[in-house]
Amino acid sequence: MSEPNKYETVVGLEVHVELHTNSKIFCGCSTAFGAPPNTHTCPVCLGHPGVLPVLNRQAVEYAMKAAMALNCQIADISKFDRKNYFYPDSPKAYQISQYDQPIGEHGWIDIEVNGETKRIGITRLHLEEDAGKLTHVDGGYASLVDFNRVGTPLIEIVSEPDIRTPEEAKAYLEKLKAIMQYCDVSDVKMEEGSLRCDANISLRPYGQKEFGTRAELKNMNSFRGVQRGLEYEQFRQAEILDSGGEVVQETRRYDDAAGKSFSMRGKEEAHDYRYFPDPDLVRLHISEDWKASVRATIPELPDARKARYTADYSLPPYDAEVITSSKKLADFFEESLAFAKDAKAVSNWIMGDLLGYLNSNGLELSDVQMTGQGLGEMIGLLEKGTISGKIAKTVFKAMLETGKLPQQIVEEQGLVQISDEGAIAAIVSQIVEANPQSVEDYRAGKEKAIGFLVGQIMKETKGKANPALVNKLLLERLK
Amino acid sequence: MSITTKDVEHVANLARLELSDSEKEQFTGQLNAILKYAEKLNGLDTEGVEPTSHVLPITNVMRADEERPSLPIGKVLLNAPDDEEGQFKVPAVLE
Repeated sequence: MSEPNKYETVVGLEVHVELHTNSKIFCGCSTAFGAPPNTHTCPVCLGHPGVLPVLNRQAVEYAMKAAMALNCQIADISKFDRKNYFYPDSPKAYQISQYDQPIGEHGWIDIEVNGETKRIGITRLHLEEDAGKLTHVDGGYASLVDFNRVGTPLIEIVSEPDIRTPEEAKAYLEKLKAIMQYCDVSDVKMEEGSLRCDANISLRPYGQKEFGTRAELKNMNSFRGVQRGLEYEQFRQAEILDSGGEVVQETRRYDDAAGKSFSMRGKEEAHDYRYFPDPDLVRLHISEDWKASVRATIPELPDARKARYTADYSLPPYDAEVITSSKKLADFFEESLAFAKDAKAVSNWIMGDLLGYLNSNGLELSDVQMTGQGLGEMIGLLEKGTISGKIAKTVFKAMLETGKLPQQIVEEQGLVQISDEGAIAAIVSQIVEANPQSVEDYRAGKEKAIGFLVGQIMKETKGKANPALVNKLLLERLK
Repeated sequence: MSITTKDVEHVANLARLELSDSEKEQFTGQLNAILKYAEKLNGLDTEGVEPTSHVLPITNVMRADEERPSLPIGKVLLNAPDDEEGQFKVPAVLE
C-alpha cells in the first residue's frame, strides 16, 4: 500500500459535448436521439462517394458561444481537417475535425473545491462530427452499426493538466456542464451520451517538475464514475511506482461495475491520424462583427449569478453555488423570489425539501409539477401566518405531486392555520381538562409533560393551530 | 524523402490491409514515383507567397440549420455487405 500524499496526481480532461442543433453538422439529417437505427442517414453522413458536406451555421455559432463562455480566444481563421482512422463507426474512414486552427483557444473556468476557488485552463475547443454506434453481436465476432449519430455536431473541450484530484475533476465537469446548459448549446445528458469525458492521468513525486507517464482513461459514464475511475487509476499507478515499476502509456477502459480499469492495448493504439485539411470544406473567416453578434447571445453565466445571489440576496456562498449549478434550479429560485420576501427561506426549502425529494427519488426538477411561483406563494403564506410550518410540509408535498398553487391546496384541504385566540383557548381548556395527570406532572416540575399536551392540541386541530399561540395560551392556562 | 517498405507496411496496417511481399515492393515503387513527381513543386520559388490550406479564394460556405428528409432505410442498407435489425453488420474489430 502506498503511503498517502507521496505522489502528486496530474489530470487533464477531454470532454465531448453534443450540440443540440436540429440537423447534423454537414447534412440535413435529424439529430434527434432514439430514432430507429439508420433512419437519420443520407449519402453525406453515410460517406458515399461524390457527396459534398455543407457546414451548419448554427453548429459554428454554438461552438463560438461555448468557447466564449469558457473565456477562450476565438480564432479569426478556422478550418476543418480530416482525421483518418479505420473503424466501423466511421463510414468515411475519416472524421471531419479541426487540427491546428480550432474555433477557440486559451480559455479557463473557475471551480470550487472545499471552499476554495481554483482556475483550470482550457487548452482548446474545436468543432467536429460524432461517430456511429456499434453493438457487438454473435459472441463478439460481429458488430451492428447504427449511423444515426454520425455527423451530430460535437465540441471537444481539452483542459490544461491543471487538475490535481478526482474531486477537482468532478467539480470541473459539473461547472462545464452548467456553463453549457446556461448557454443552451447542448442537452448535456451524460446518460444519453451528449456529454462524454476521457481523462489523462499521471502521477509524479511531489516537487518533480516533469510529468509522469500518463494513461488515458475512457468509458466513464457519470460524474461519479469519472471520480471513481480517477481514484482507482491513482491507486493503480501509485502501486506500480512504489514497486519500482514504470507506468505504461496506454488507453484504459474503466469498468464502473468492477471498479477497475483495463488496458485497451491493440491496433487502436497505433495513433497515426495523418491529419490534413479537408478539401471539401472552405475556410471559416470569423469577423469581429460575427463574434460580437454571437457574444451578445450569451446569458448571465453561473459564476455571475452566484455573485449576484450572494451580493443581492445575502445567500451563503454554498447555497448560491448549489442553486446556480443548474440553470433550471436558478430560474426556479428567481421565480419563487417574485412571490416571497425571504431569499434564505426560499433557498432553505430548495436545498432541503426540494433537492432532498429529487435526489432520493432520482428525479430532475423538470420531472415534478411544482413551480417557482408555487414555492414562493407557499413561503408567502408562511410569512403571513396563514399556514404553519407543519402545514407547509403538507402543501409542499401536494405541490410536488399536483403542481397546484398553495392557495388552492389550502382551501381544498381546509389547511388554513387557526390563529383565532378564542378558538384555540377553547381547545386548550378541553385538552387540559381531559389530561389531569399531565397537568399535574407539569406542575410537579416535569417540563416534558407540556410536549404531550401540545401534541394533543395539534392532533385535535389536525395540525392547523398556530403553534406560537398554542404555546402562549397553554402556558397561561397552566400557571 | 523516400518511402521504404516499412512505411508501406505501416500505412497498410493503419488501413487494415494485408499485403503480399510483391505488393509491398510494387507499392513502395509506386508511392516513391508519386512523391518524386510532387517533388517538382520544391523547384518553385515561393518567396512571398502566403501558405494556404485551400485553393479556393472563398470562405464561410454554410447552410441554415434545417432538417431535410433522410434516405429510406431500404436504400440506406443497399450497400451493406450484410445487415440485421436495420443495421449494417460487419466483422468485429477485436480490441
